Amino acid sequence: MRQPWSRSIVRAVLVGALSVVVLLASAGTFVAQAADPIKIGFGMALTGGLSANGKPALLAVQIWKDDINKKGGLLGRPIDLVFYDDQTNPATVPGIYTKLLDVDKVNLIISGYGTNLIAPLLPIAMERKLTLMGMFGLANNEKYQYPNYFQIQPAGPDPQISTAIGFFELAAKQNPKPQTVALVGADAEYPQNALVGARELVKKFGFKTVYDKTYPPNTVDYTPIVRAIKATNADIVFVASYPPDSVGMLRAAHEVGLQPKIFGGGMVGLMFTTFLTSLGPMLNGVVNYDFWAPEPVFLAMPGIKEFLKEYQARAEKAGVDPLGYYLPPYSYALMQVLGQAVEGTKGLDQQKIADYIRANEFSTIVGKIKFGKNGEWATGRTLMVQYQKIQGTSIEQFRGPGKKVVLWPDEFKSGTIIYPYASALK
Amino acid sequence: MFAWDLLANAVVAGLLLGGVYAAVSLGVSVIFGLLDIANIAQPAFLILGAYAAYVMYNAFGLDPILSGLLFTPVFYLVGAAVYRVYYGSFERRGEESLRGLVFFFGILFIIEVSLSLKFGVDYRLVQSGYVGKSIEVGGIGIAYRLLVPCLVGLAMTLALHLFLARTFYGRAIMAVSQDRLALRLMGANPVKIKTVAFGIGIAAASLAGALLITITPVIPSTDRDYIGRMFAITVLGGMGSIGGTLVAAIILGIAESLMSTFFGPSWAQAVSFGVLLAALAVRPAGLFGR
Repeated sequence: MRQPWSRSIVRAVLVGALSVVVLLASAGTFVAQAADPIKIGFGMALTGGLSANGKPALLAVQIWKDDINKKGGLLGRPIDLVFYDDQTNPATVPGIYTKLLDVDKVNLIISGYGTNLIAPLLPIAMERKLTLMGMFGLANNEKYQYPNYFQIQPAGPDPQISTAIGFFELAAKQNPKPQTVALVGADAEYPQNALVGARELVKKFGFKTVYDKTYPPNTVDYTPIVRAIKATNADIVFVASYPPDSVGMLRAAHEVGLQPKIFGGGMVGLMFTTFLTSLGPMLNGVVNYDFWAPEPVFLAMPGIKEFLKEYQARAEKAGVDPLGYYLPPYSYALMQVLGQAVEGTKGLDQQKIADYIRANEFSTIVGKIKFGKNGEWATGRTLMVQYQKIQGTSIEQFRGPGKKVVLWPDEFKSGTIIYPYASALK
Repeated sequence: MFAWDLLANAVVAGLLLGGVYAAVSLGVSVIFGLLDIANIAQPAFLILGAYAAYVMYNAFGLDPILSGLLFTPVFYLVGAAVYRVYYGSFERRGEESLRGLVFFFGILFIIEVSLSLKFGVDYRLVQSGYVGKSIEVGGIGIAYRLLVPCLVGLAMTLALHLFLARTFYGRAIMAVSQDRLALRLMGANPVKIKTVAFGIGIAAASLAGALLITITPVIPSTDRDYIGRMFAITVLGGMGSIGGTLVAAIILGIAESLMSTFFGPSWAQAVSFGVLLAALAVRPAGLFGR
């Protein structure tokens, strides 16, 4: 017969062993959770019309992921990117993000590239109360005013006029002051938004509109349009165009001999390396919006040189823009903001992250960023640059300062405008 | 006062654009119009031709039009091979209607994705010596960038017309489009004839692609912009009519140009397709259709 004390000892040993097992198991779970990656999901234009920007943006996001993982991740957890090709097709966006959220169970989302691709995503983020980082969307949140949306393009609090404000402010300062304006743009979301802003500014600065027309995005020949503009003798020609039309308009302007006093404005694509190195001197004199230029003030920002070095080393293999001066620094900065917010809130709570982003200023490779009420930069920084003294088509001339001179705003100014446009062509 | 100089310039610009549209649509006119094969992949071969010209321009500084001419035999062989696969897999079994369409869709996507993988998704363009320059004749400005492709397009149309009208193979192609059985009874092999025609159609598309890249930048998905135009011009001209294709292309080009100049470019394509609908309402077989 067993003694009562020995039974207690056995029970105590069993309970102790069980406790150890439970403890070990829970510790194991804890370890596993700590090592679980933080999944960040997004759709991106890897094919289709916007892929020339979508792919460099993806590369920048991947570089950020690698940089963070090298430093031990966020909150001690590695970063994992889950992304799908949205084919530059807004119709794919709801499906992609539903899969990311419900099947892939991502912790955070960011948008793909571009206004048209952000538009269908915003309602999804609002419905699920998610924090959404937007990548280069123009005025997407003007209608919704969703407080947890933050947009990285430095358009500023009034995005609709952001593309054109510098252009018209510069024009108004010239002597003799130009009087008449021709406005032309593609029948697509961004150009339409830019033209709305331009019309507002034309009134504000007291110019007279002599031409205001749009064209279908797949137009082949732009010479009839440019010739019609030339017939109006406009002093200022403001163009809001996507890459193929930007090239078409510029070539047609040279062929027809269109030489207003100021030409350019909102021509997407001219800043892409492939166009810089193809169009070469044809770009001289064009005054156009931009977000980044290899001028001293931008190159001095902390981290940018290291980023560009890494980007340019990986760009050729990735088959993307070899310089990466347009979108990639901002894509990286977008991830920096999100990463700093996760670290700052010490968690992945969507509302806390949004509150943190709204309340704080962020140090990024494109400078300090503070977001305003509508999720745009509190202070806009859309630059107005002028292409000057480009000779030939060598890529090397575009790596340093002097070819894309910043004219506006004054705090980033790196040179003076060559005026009128014809003088820059000589 | 009416701006007659603008009108003259708009008409000339339309003619030039029409010449380019004709070049772009000739392949469809042969393959869809004469052979009755709905080759949806035709615009993809157009873009493939554009990339071939881009590669030659970048590697050797070769003019895109010269590259286009050099590549036509290669694309002819590619076209012939594609038709053989299509014939063996679908046409011979009488399954060409829907499955054949899927086959060509597949080719279109394969070409697009292959170009994306090889060249990335950046816009590609060539800046030949004559791009950005123009001549003025009697107050009418003519851009070389459009003039040269237009002249090549006209030459292509003339060459194809003469080939179909004057040569044995050309007549055989016309015959196979009208009565395949009768052609077989005459001792000719319709499959062989159609292989030749399909190859010519693809070669024409590749040459047109070389013309296209001198006018506008391309990315792999640019082909989608041209599907509608190519088939619309072929239908308007009359299925299989080479001369009709040229006339239809010029009508569309001039309609677009006039609208762009005088009424606003937004209406350009809507009006040109309106012309197509109106013409088909009066002549359902197209302008020169039989």
